[in-house]
Amino acid sequence: MALLQINNLHARIEEQNILKGVDLTVGAGEVHAIMGPNGSGKSTFAAVLAGREEFEVTEGGVLYEGGDLLDMEPDERALEGVFLAFQYPVELPGVSMNNFLRQALNQQREHRGEEPLSAGAFLKRMRECAALVSLDPQLMSRSVNDGFSGGEKKRNEIFQLAMLEPRLAILDETDSGLDIDALRIVADGVNALRRSDRSFVVITHYQRLLNYIVPDVVHVMADGRIVRSGDKSLALELEEKGYDWLREEAVAA
Amino acid sequence: MSHPHALASLEASFVDAFEAHAGLLAKNGTGPAEALPFAMAPALRRQALNRFRDLGVPSRKNEAWKYTNIPEALAAGFAVSPAAPPSDALPARWRDCLLPGLNAHVVALVNGRFSSAHSMIGDLPEGVAICGLETAATTCPDILRRHLGRYADWETESLTALNTAFARDGLFVYVPKGTVLEKPIYALHLSTTNERLFLQPRHLLVFEENAQARIVERYCGLEGEATFTNAVTEIFVGERAVVETYLVQDPGDEHSVVSTTQAYQEAASTFSTATITLDGKVVRNNLNVLPNAPHCETHLYGLFLPAGDTQVDNRTLVDHAKPDCVSNELYKGVLNDRASGVFNGKVFVRQDAQRINAFQENKTIVLNNEATMNAKPELEIYADDVKCSHGATTGQLDPEALFYLRSRGMSKRQAQGLLLHAFAGDILERISIEPLREMLDERVTRLFGG
Repeated sequence: MALLQINNLHARIEEQNILKGVDLTVGAGEVHAIMGPNGSGKSTFAAVLAGREEFEVTEGGVLYEGGDLLDMEPDERALEGVFLAFQYPVELPGVSMNNFLRQALNQQREHRGEEPLSAGAFLKRMRECAALVSLDPQLMSRSVNDGFSGGEKKRNEIFQLAMLEPRLAILDETDSGLDIDALRIVADGVNALRRSDRSFVVITHYQRLLNYIVPDVVHVMADGRIVRSGDKSLALELEEKGYDWLREEAVAA
Repeated sequence: MSHPHALASLEASFVDAFEAHAGLLAKNGTGPAEALPFAMAPALRRQALNRFRDLGVPSRKNEAWKYTNIPEALAAGFAVSPAAPPSDALPARWRDCLLPGLNAHVVALVNGRFSSAHSMIGDLPEGVAICGLETAATTCPDILRRHLGRYADWETESLTALNTAFARDGLFVYVPKGTVLEKPIYALHLSTTNERLFLQPRHLLVFEENAQARIVERYCGLEGEATFTNAVTEIFVGERAVVETYLVQDPGDEHSVVSTTQAYQEAASTFSTATITLDGKVVRNNLNVLPNAPHCETHLYGLFLPAGDTQVDNRTLVDHAKPDCVSNELYKGVLNDRASGVFNGKVFVRQDAQRINAFQENKTIVLNNEATMNAKPELEIYADDVKCSHGATTGQLDPEALFYLRSRGMSKRQAQGLLLHAFAGDILERISIEPLREMLDERVTRLFGG
């Protein structure tokens, strides 16, 4: 059974239709890249999967581990192993990284019937995960994302991914705004977290990230639908030819 | 709803009470009338009463009282008696109002009267006095003569006039020149009564040149009938003195409070104060600061967390009369249920007060459609070389932030609690008295989770 099965997904915000029939199947342990031009619906797609309430699903459905994902609250989805790395991580002044992660992690452990981590074990885990993306441990006593650099915010998302160990990780343009060194750190972190029971949906505008995180499947999204799927060579083709030819095809179809 | 006839009788009831107790107020329990300090002398009381009668109980027609209906709050009827003796027998629950772990000079007032039975003042540095105002009239008459009634404006504020007419007892603190009070003062204002009582404590806090002290005042309601407290506090902060005060209001939802504080600062002094309102029926705080000399520093913080039907109205005034001063004001509120909040902060910079830095901010989160907030920040500047800013925001919790937390597995309530805690934390972290900060932190957790 596929981990994630999306059928004919339509979604809109206010009166604007954004997703117009997305079909996608992600198997356990697979890495899928979703590429596409600005405004094609990539970020909306990520937001709908994570449960953002502003978007209304008007048609179609999403099965996650065989259950109806769209029926679940955002926190239930997280507890069931869905993780979204935000394109624009939110700053939470006054909420310490430490407290935030401890609460989130213990909530997830409780859901799985596990005991809360001891203070020592939590700290150890935090240090290990921070090292994975070269995140300064000093940041753990600071407020979440507050005053973090752009690169630190993105690395913080992957750090949280490492801490929370999801089964489905959706990376929404995690590469945008990163210089090549930061990109490599983020990609190495993601690669280290690849496992046979963890799937990734990597949303990106550029092919560059896919040099480092090598996907099993590449999809192209245009005008709210997946218009083409292929192996990693599709990403290179897009890099060369741009998106216009696909958009024309989509309109023609 | 204001009914002229009903109002007139409301004022008349205070005047009648004054006449009934005039003899007692003139004696004031100690010594002959001539020995009474200025503000307690019968002639002054009479003058203040007349002023109150002319001004009347503030109604909502008065712009300054637009959102807080005092006649309505008084409508249930309250006994006005300056004679209530301090009660020695208190419900055991009064000890819950103490702060565990706080090493302080504890002074207790019961129904506005100093209670030695419940005070634990302990050893004091030489010259320092902490006692009831009535006692101070005998033990420190010169201090009272110099300061009592000198700062609070009874000529234009009717409830201050009313308090002045009846003032008999309250908190008295005197820290002489150059003295540092290491331990904080914890002043506990308790109320317990079998009949609805109108209380009028009068507090005087005097910190002379280069003195340092911290004071926590806490209003705590015990079992019994409702009270209406009309408190007036005068604070004198001498040259280069450093004073930190906290007003913590959790009187209980049946009790109403009007608290008027007038602080007067001399040169290069620092005055910091935080007003924290947790509950109450109708709570109105008038906080006026007059930095009346150069190089003063003033910090005003506020945190109000009303729920149920509680109304909290904070009105502040920083009157920059002299140049080269700094003032900084931050009030934050979270309104739940049907609670209402008001923030009316005014910063006044007089013409000769150049090089003033004055900042003022009010932020309120409204959790519920039925809760209401009115914010009115005001700057009135007559000097040309100043740096001033003000702002007020009222809104809901940031949905982006809530979603971020929920996407990590936190429930809606947990996420909300964490964010509200952080919001209130901005004020809580400025509290230098650890046991107080902890108690408030715990209250915030109890209110919101997180």
